[in-house]
Amino acid sequence: MKAHWFTLIAFGVAAAVIALSTATIHNDYFYSASYTVLQFVVLATAWNILGGFTGYVNFGSASFFALGVYSSVALYTLFKAPVPVAMVAGTAVAGLVGLGMGYLTLRLRGVFFAIATLAFAQVLFTFIVNWDYVGGARGAYIILPRTAPLGFHDNIQYLFALMALIAAGAVAIARFIETSMLGRGLAAIRDDEMAAECAGVPTLRLKLISTTVSGALMGLAGSTFPYFISYVEPSGVFSLSYAVNSIAMPLIGGMHSWAGPVIGALLLGTLQQLVQVTISSEWNLLIVGALLVLFVTLAPNGIMGWAGRWRRRDGGSS
Amino acid sequence: MDQTTTSLILNALVSGLLLAGFYAAVSVGIAIAFGMLDVVNIAHPAFIVLGSYVAYVVNKWLGVDPIVVAVVLSPAFFLLGAAIYRVYYLAFERRGQESLRGLAFFFGILFITEVVLILAFGVDYRLVTTRYSDVTWRLGGVDLPLRLAVPFVVSLAMTLSLQALLGRTFFGRSMLAVAQDPFALQLMGVNPVRVKQWAFALSLATAGIAGALLIIIQPVQPSLGREYIGLVFAVTVLGGLGSIYGTLAGAAILGVAESFTSTFFGPSWAPAVSFGLLLAALALRPAGLLGR
Repeated sequence: MKAHWFTLIAFGVAAAVIALSTATIHNDYFYSASYTVLQFVVLATAWNILGGFTGYVNFGSASFFALGVYSSVALYTLFKAPVPVAMVAGTAVAGLVGLGMGYLTLRLRGVFFAIATLAFAQVLFTFIVNWDYVGGARGAYIILPRTAPLGFHDNIQYLFALMALIAAGAVAIARFIETSMLGRGLAAIRDDEMAAECAGVPTLRLKLISTTVSGALMGLAGSTFPYFISYVEPSGVFSLSYAVNSIAMPLIGGMHSWAGPVIGALLLGTLQQLVQVTISSEWNLLIVGALLVLFVTLAPNGIMGWAGRWRRRDGGSS
Repeated sequence: MDQTTTSLILNALVSGLLLAGFYAAVSVGIAIAFGMLDVVNIAHPAFIVLGSYVAYVVNKWLGVDPIVVAVVLSPAFFLLGAAIYRVYYLAFERRGQESLRGLAFFFGILFITEVVLILAFGVDYRLVTTRYSDVTWRLGGVDLPLRLAVPFVVSLAMTLSLQALLGRTFFGRSMLAVAQDPFALQLMGVNPVRVKQWAFALSLATAGIAGALLIIIQPVQPSLGREYIGLVFAVTVLGGLGSIYGTLAGAAILGVAESFTSTFFGPSWAPAVSFGLLLAALALRPAGLLGR
């Protein structure tokens, strides 16, 4: 399938889902749960562009998410910025920092890169805690106007629609990267960076694209978050659960294609919403951690890996 | 420079060095696991916090000093370490998948440990008070709080005995050998996997003891371990991966830097120091950092 057709279909599906649910469902919980699941689709897809396609592990997903969140908070404090402006700003800021992270890959490979991202998250956390303008450790309130724009019934539906479109965009970008020359270059870097460099793959440029796109998408996912949650404070935004989820979801779904993180995020995200309601939020985190460890030890290629093996076996017998 | 500033600097220096002793205890396990065995155990700080809670529980129950608890229970941590390495070896190292998936594995373990502690104890801070917790010796204008000095001495004893183990015993030398060339070690008739297993077990035993020191020094809550991830790796990298003396030196640099930051800029900036130093060390000291 050509990339523009896929993009069209992705946005078509998103638009259909938005139209159908706003017409039939008037339950606020449905929208807030779906928003959270879709947000994880974006985070997992973004993580996978760098982690799954390129082979660089980013433990600092929360920090890029937080860059989006705090760009919005800063703009809101400055002039009560509307959501679209905040989205552009959050994407730009996180993308720029992602670009910087790309230059870091010149020096740091493998494990050292992963540790550096973890360290970066902690440094950024310390800065935000000490930065009073965006609320510091106290946190900040963001209140949207009572009437939702674009004829939506209320703000939660509006934000849900935005997140659905963002998710469609993120998936389309991930699929475009995977199927293009860019994706093949990234796969070559993942398998053997030195060999890729020798074979004439422009490794630095590809890695820069990968880190920038991955960071920007995480920032975009974060930029609408303060409007959704209306009160943000650093330890919630930098919560380890964002980092764990955005790693666990691609690993569980399968890391080598765009579909893996989507499947992982939909399954794990929905499961978490259910557990959170029926049991408790701590248990829901425990389940994510346990699933991550189980999958990574027992099914290293995730659900997509199972599907692939099953299909191959099927094909071989006929 | 007037007298208050001199005394402030002197005090910051001394408390930094005392802190460094504790940091060495926290990092020496990573120096072994990461520096020598190439096992990136990012869950190490979580096990340290687990050690703190073990010390806390036994202390509340029997009133025993946390350090005694940790030393008596260190075989349990030792066996836990051997078991974890076994899983790690079978699932990742043997298949050559240790880089990305092995990292995710330890990240998952870190997270599970943290959440289990939250489920069991909640997110409140826990503290153990000992007989020496509130005692401070004053030596000519310099404060020497025993709350920091006792862990300092224990940590120094632990790291120096590890150094002696590495240099003088057959097992210690085979650990150094497995760090350099596991294949050659195999040719000498030693099983490198077994050596790595017990060495990793040893690194977790140090985590148990470091945990007891931690809860003497400061109140502990389940996610505290995260603040120490940057620290342990900063110390290990600064110290030149896998050298015990290097770890002591790295800990000294960090301890003093952090102590000066919290004295002159306020304690809320102190965590950024270790991570900032780590980033700087990683970016500026490329020797031995590339190709991993």
